[in-house]
Amino acid sequence: MTSHLTNLTIIQAKEGLRAREFSAVELIQAHLKAMETHRGLNAFITETAEHALEQAGKSDIKIGNNTADVLEGIPMAIKDNFCTKGIKTTNASKMLENFVPTYESTVTSKLFEAGAIMVGKSNLDEFAMGSSNYTSYFGGVVNPWKEKDNAKELVAGGSSGGSAAAVAGRMAMAATGSDTGGSIRLPAAFCGVVGFKPSYGRCSRYGVMAFASSLDQPGIFARTVPDTALVSQIAMGHDPKDSTSANMSVPDLMGAIHKSVKGLKIGIPKEYRSEHLDPEITKLWQQAEDILKAEGAEIIEVSLPNTKYGVAAYYVIAPAEASSNLARYDGVRYGFRSSVKDMTLDEMYESTRSEGFGDEVRRRLMIGTYVLSSGFYDAYFTKAQKVRRLIVNDFNNAFVTVDALLTPVTPTPAFSLDSPSIKDPIAMYLNDIFTIPASMAGLPCISIPGGLTSKKLPIGLQLITNRFEEDKLFRVASELERCINFNAVPGGF
Amino acid sequence: MDLVDGKTGKWEVVIGLEIHAQVSSKSKLFSGAATNFGAEPNSQVSLIDAAMPGMLPVLNEYCVEQAVRTGLGINAQINLTSVFDRKNYFYADLPQGYQISQFYYPIVGTGVIEVDLPDGRATKVGITRIHLEQDAGKSMHDQHPSLSLIDLNRCGIALMEIVTEPDIRSSIEAGEFLKKLRGILRYLGSCDGDMEKGSMRCDANVSVRKPGEPLGSRCEVKNLNSIRNVIRAIDYETQRQIKILEDGGKIDQETKLFNAATGTTRTIRTKENANDYRYFPDPDLLPLKLKPEYVEKIKATLPELPDSKKKRYVEQLGLTPYDASVLSADKDVAVFFEQVAQKADPKLSANWITAELFAKLNKAGLEIYQSKVTPDKMIGLIRLMENNTLSGKLAKQVFEIMFETGEDADVIVEREGLKQVTDLSAIEAVIDQVIKDNPSHVTEYRSGKDKLFGFFVGQVMKISGGKLNPQAVNDILKKKLS
Repeated sequence: MTSHLTNLTIIQAKEGLRAREFSAVELIQAHLKAMETHRGLNAFITETAEHALEQAGKSDIKIGNNTADVLEGIPMAIKDNFCTKGIKTTNASKMLENFVPTYESTVTSKLFEAGAIMVGKSNLDEFAMGSSNYTSYFGGVVNPWKEKDNAKELVAGGSSGGSAAAVAGRMAMAATGSDTGGSIRLPAAFCGVVGFKPSYGRCSRYGVMAFASSLDQPGIFARTVPDTALVSQIAMGHDPKDSTSANMSVPDLMGAIHKSVKGLKIGIPKEYRSEHLDPEITKLWQQAEDILKAEGAEIIEVSLPNTKYGVAAYYVIAPAEASSNLARYDGVRYGFRSSVKDMTLDEMYESTRSEGFGDEVRRRLMIGTYVLSSGFYDAYFTKAQKVRRLIVNDFNNAFVTVDALLTPVTPTPAFSLDSPSIKDPIAMYLNDIFTIPASMAGLPCISIPGGLTSKKLPIGLQLITNRFEEDKLFRVASELERCINFNAVPGGF
Repeated sequence: MDLVDGKTGKWEVVIGLEIHAQVSSKSKLFSGAATNFGAEPNSQVSLIDAAMPGMLPVLNEYCVEQAVRTGLGINAQINLTSVFDRKNYFYADLPQGYQISQFYYPIVGTGVIEVDLPDGRATKVGITRIHLEQDAGKSMHDQHPSLSLIDLNRCGIALMEIVTEPDIRSSIEAGEFLKKLRGILRYLGSCDGDMEKGSMRCDANVSVRKPGEPLGSRCEVKNLNSIRNVIRAIDYETQRQIKILEDGGKIDQETKLFNAATGTTRTIRTKENANDYRYFPDPDLLPLKLKPEYVEKIKATLPELPDSKKKRYVEQLGLTPYDASVLSADKDVAVFFEQVAQKADPKLSANWITAELFAKLNKAGLEIYQSKVTPDKMIGLIRLMENNTLSGKLAKQVFEIMFETGEDADVIVEREGLKQVTDLSAIEAVIDQVIKDNPSHVTEYRSGKDKLFGFFVGQVMKISGGKLNPQAVNDILKKKLS
């Protein structure tokens, strides 16, 4: 019974709840049990079992009197950089180890109002800075997937690794994530789930702890494209509390997923055919291309010539914004403060921030401070902004001819925890080469499972459409998902 | 040009001002928190002001409108696109770790303010820019034996930073400029200009040079919270710099703090340890774009401002340019004057307000709106002069009483018996008495000492207590003495 309930899609679970096949409390209990069983994956920083059961009871009442909302009783993991009222929100940092917000992020409040139930706050890279989830103050997340006949633990990817692992590991039916340079798509690919980053401005950033404001975008994980559409439809929408939020109506994703790709033009960016790309991923990418072609889409090779500068420019802009965004963690009003005695104000800042932030965060804050400093600003920050503009132009040109782009998500499948590259920041940064360009251009993009490698690890395929064309994105994603029919389950599930 | 004397000759002072004018807005620049002055510490702080994680700024459109009004009020260029930047630095009363300001693209560009000086000259002061920015909180180091306390009520309040060109050449010019600017802000209603409450603060950049030489190194003097202190600080700084240069030293570019108690300045930052603010566009806010129609709409609602009032006072009411400038500079004064001048002779009204009323107000430390002499009472007084009930001298006596008690002029005249005597027989009687009492003076006068006429007038007025109509006294005296 338990494993049956946790394997349901959201759409199936909604039906089961409606038909009284099981209660919301039972559904939540099944997921809480899974969380307990898989605690070793370290997917959660805070489990909110008590809260979840209480909410489930309320959901059952609503289901009972037919006032259930769209996501009534659906268990969700909430990335621990979304502020949740009255519930500890750490951003995986010592700096906020005991921080309890008095307010709720817009995205979570919309989801909760629609009936979704938070089962826990999921683990992430500290301040969402990382691609492995290994910069978390609370330890890394272990990927529910393992290579065939190999017990070695693999990374879940970052930064939203806990959310991806929770959904892949059947501990939640969906999860929130935030994506700055690939933080939703990369862990989704590594964990074999769907990860959707909307257009910049679609989901409110209010209450989501900022990393790089011009790139940060909340998004959604689920196991299927329709489930992702259902939850995202709720999460998106204009918010006057976020000045960068798009004042536009939300597209009908649930309608879009039933449309075929016939007649659509799908672009394959030739610059993404990188030598660093794992041949097995190349193969699955090609397969996906063939599928779309067989379904009536036209495949067109396009060029995004400035792709190669994406990572470099990103690692100037994102740290620059972070260096300013994270200045508020100064030990004065909330969060960690160094206990060193008799400090001057400046000494207090220094020890608090040295002790409170981990290595990767400190590295990026220093990079960011450097690139904004007088005398270097033009050489780094201004130049990176120009590159960003060129990348936007590349996409604009491509979308003159095509409706969507099909690319890989990562150069490799999930790597092991003892991989030497984990300790090499540059190697880690290069995991983001396929995800960063769309982030720089603020485009909607989605990672869906594209199949398994010969060692039985999932790999992801990325679809990108023009800004605010999420409907087209889901149209292609759902067709591709139907045809690939990915139904593998991570080992032991 | 006001040059300053030194041991080695004359020096020219070059001054540029930066004025922080608090926007008269009920809520802050990027949050809904209130802005009341003197509220309980930390009672007007939103989650945004306290920089809680995940909080985002939302621009207050009313503040934008006030900045545009102010720009239009000084005939400045309104930039239809401006951008908010972050000025990054750490301080305990700056929760975000940055101040949101407009560094690269301010909302208002260049403009000019014309200033009339007390000596009758006029000067033009260029405005470099006006930008919108957040105020910081307040650190209090004297409230607890071992702790510094922080009040965030002020944090996030909207300021307009108004920056002038280095066009000012003396502390007096700086003072007159500030009065003019404050007047314009009050007319516009964009800032109450109350320096005591800190809603208008000024930093002065001061340098000195020998006339005709290139600009000298400047020092920025901060914390000037009254026009008087601006003048004192500039004067002190001028003398300090001249002395250093004349003693063979050089001026280091520094930031200095003015101490109002001692009238001196002290260094708080040298150029070497100047902050690197790492300005960059705030990614939480989109560029601020204004439509030309929006600016036009605001323009149409601007009140009549000092310069056009002044022109009207000179051309239509016949005032001198200086009186016109003094009366138009402050909104309250102009309203007062216009009410009086509507029913009384404008020139007489102007004289009475600029001379008698201002002197009394200054002495009492009052603003015109606090005066017990209201426009109606002033009209009443002038009327009594116009119909010869009061001489100028008697009117001053009535005014003295009116300023204290706020009574109507005719009430005072009646009670104090200050009515001017116009009855010719009564005047003649006094004159006859004087002539009789001073026979030798009469003889001398008649033998050609015309100057003695004043003596007779004086005697007549003395005996009568100044109540006789002066014109009649003159006429009759002349007749009787000839």
